[in-house]
Amino acid sequence: MASGEKQSLGDVIRDSQIWKSIFRHPAPVDRRNRVVVMLTNFFLHLHPVSVKKQGIALSYTWCMGGVTFFLFLVETVTGVLLMFYYRPTLEWAYNDILSLRDVTSLGILRELHRWGAHAMVITVWLHMYRVFLTGSYKPPREFNWVIGVILLLLTLLLSFTGYLLPWDQLAIWAITVGSNMARATPILGYEGPGQQLLTLGGIDMITSGSDARFGLLGARFVGEETLNRFYVLHCIAIPLSAAFLMAIHFWRVRKDGGISGPL
Amino acid sequence: MHGNSQVFLEGISGFLGWYYVSLAAMNLIAAYWLWRARHLVGQAIFWLVVALFYMGYLAPMATSADPEWMPQMPALIRNLVNVSLGGSTGAVTYSVGSMVLLIVLYLGRRFFVRGQVAWGMLNLSLLALGLSMTDYNFYTIAAKPDNVPIVGLIFLIAFFTWLATSRAVENDDRIARGEPTLEHEGSEKVLVWPDLVYTELICMVALTAFLLLWGIGLEAPLEEPASSVKTPNPSKAPWYFLGLQEMLVYFDPWMAGVVMPSMIVVGLMAIPYLDFNPKGMGYYTIAERKFSYLTYQFGFLLLWIVLIVLGTFLRGPNWNIYSPYELWDVHKVEALNNVDLSQYFWISGMNMAMPRAPNGSSVPIQLFYIAQREWLGIVLVLAYFVVLPPFLAITVFRKYYAKMGFVRFMVMSNLLLFMLLLPIKMVLRWTVNLKYIVSIPEYFLNL
Ligand code: HEM
Repeated sequence: MASGEKQSLGDVIRDSQIWKSIFRHPAPVDRRNRVVVMLTNFFLHLHPVSVKKQGIALSYTWCMGGVTFFLFLVETVTGVLLMFYYRPTLEWAYNDILSLRDVTSLGILRELHRWGAHAMVITVWLHMYRVFLTGSYKPPREFNWVIGVILLLLTLLLSFTGYLLPWDQLAIWAITVGSNMARATPILGYEGPGQQLLTLGGIDMITSGSDARFGLLGARFVGEETLNRFYVLHCIAIPLSAAFLMAIHFWRVRKDGGISGPL
Repeated sequence: MHGNSQVFLEGISGFLGWYYVSLAAMNLIAAYWLWRARHLVGQAIFWLVVALFYMGYLAPMATSADPEWMPQMPALIRNLVNVSLGGSTGAVTYSVGSMVLLIVLYLGRRFFVRGQVAWGMLNLSLLALGLSMTDYNFYTIAAKPDNVPIVGLIFLIAFFTWLATSRAVENDDRIARGEPTLEHEGSEKVLVWPDLVYTELICMVALTAFLLLWGIGLEAPLEEPASSVKTPNPSKAPWYFLGLQEMLVYFDPWMAGVVMPSMIVVGLMAIPYLDFNPKGMGYYTIAERKFSYLTYQFGFLLLWIVLIVLGTFLRGPNWNIYSPYELWDVHKVEALNNVDLSQYFWISGMNMAMPRAPNGSSVPIQLFYIAQREWLGIVLVLAYFVVLPPFLAITVFRKYYAKMGFVRFMVMSNLLLFMLLLPIKMVLRWTVNLKYIVSIPEYFLNL
């Protein structure tokens, strides 16, 4: 400050070597730099540099896709933290949840995760509702709608598998009601139409110990194997698949010409 | 009425006080906005008076926790709801009522999207919610932690449907006059930094704050430890699957739990490949895509959301229907005497015994008897799925068929017929107590 000019604290920070090394370029205050920041920042490069005004109007997109994605991130962070406190066994599951409420500091972790999950189911429906009402699934965006439907399914399955983990009455009976239906899968469920078709040398292939429901639960009823299976699905398999599909979903939004708009 | 005990009222009076204060604040802001931004002094005064009514009358009365003074849903309305929804015809009244309501909203959309009208309806429904909260039975359901999101869902769906419809109405008017739509007007380009990035940041902060408040205000439920011998009554699936569970009343699990959900997923995925209408892409409109709009709303609002609300608020022990203001009495019995189509045909119609294969007969013989017993239902189902689509193709949907070609048309009509199966089965159950159209319990094949 030899020049005697007054520099604000913000300027000092933004001029420091550390700041510059992280953000790679100066604060975007003029047009040129606002363009450059979008191109040089890893997180921002998901976005285009400029968009049609109506494409980002809240009254048009309702921001519901973005909100759904943000909720997914919230669920990931709170979910990882919850995994520190939770063991998926009959002996511990319920007690771990109990002590999460009574013993752990920052006692709203479970609340954030649960309400975030409910909210995500709602926002994904609203996102689909808006995409339909603006006809945004029409060419060239047909396939992104299909990816969306799979994401919708994964969101519901994430919520469903998570519902079991507290291992209370609410949990096992909701999952029992839900998974009982698999027993009636045509051909593959042991109480489903056509299950008699799969026989080998007169021996039924589809029994209560080998049908679709058994595959889902890992047992004939909701028990410890189910808890383990749902835990792995909930914490690893489904989130990874969803993250993978979201990456494609966002990439397609850009490749299909950005947010839809009138031609 | 143990419901209105003093303890209960005191427990909720604080919450209700704040509830009415927020309603007052909401109307105050609206009044201010109407006055300053729109210069509509008359309307501003009206909503100011409404705000004062919430603030000066309802809020203090609610905090009093005095059963004499506490604002409550009038007994007349509660009794009316109990009579119309609580009886054995509750499901009929509710479903038909919801459908009529949606049709009225759709036909009168030009009227209902007006700011004044929509704001009035929002106020009325929030008021009804507040007044109902003092009813113990209603409160028990609506304030159950996992049900709170459904109350939110109802208001969110209503809000966004209003938003989309008001833009569609505006756009349709503009298109009719040959002017560009609202969306056509915003076609100039803006930079993503700052326009979009800042919106996203504000959304994230607001949402985080909202989740934190929700998390602090409402504890996540944890019931007794799981026990495989103590079955709760009713046993409900998670709320987002209640539409499927409701189908179980009308269909066997293989339909309600497997075939129908698969059809929903396949049907949703097929939408972009079936909707050949090039219009209505990238802007809200109803007039330019009436058929796809109505089909989607029929499936989403009526067959999905309305059924979830039914499953949450009206289904009680033994999956019987209870009015929201009614006590969940486990001993309430509903006569169940549903009859199969084949029983109607053979016993009531022909005055004969049901055909039955002689004991110990071989599989082909058994199949023959089953086919004879169920022939009418089988013929009807085949006609529905096989004969009806071509018939539609040469009559009402002639233009669609010409544009879509054979395969696409058949896929679309079969998907639509699957969707219609549920309302058809509902109506048959309500009117003639029909249990199954085709009933082959020998092979778990009941429809
Ligand atoms: C986990 C679930 C999902 C996430 C995180 C997600 C995220 C997003 C985001 C951020 C956008 C950008 C525009 C916007 O915010 O509206 C978008 C667009 C889109 N989404 Fe999704 N989405 C999800 C599920 C779905 C579903 C269920 C569907 C439909 C069945 C869908 C279909 C589409 C389509 C067609 C677009 C392009 C819309 C346009 O260009 O106007 N997505 N999605």
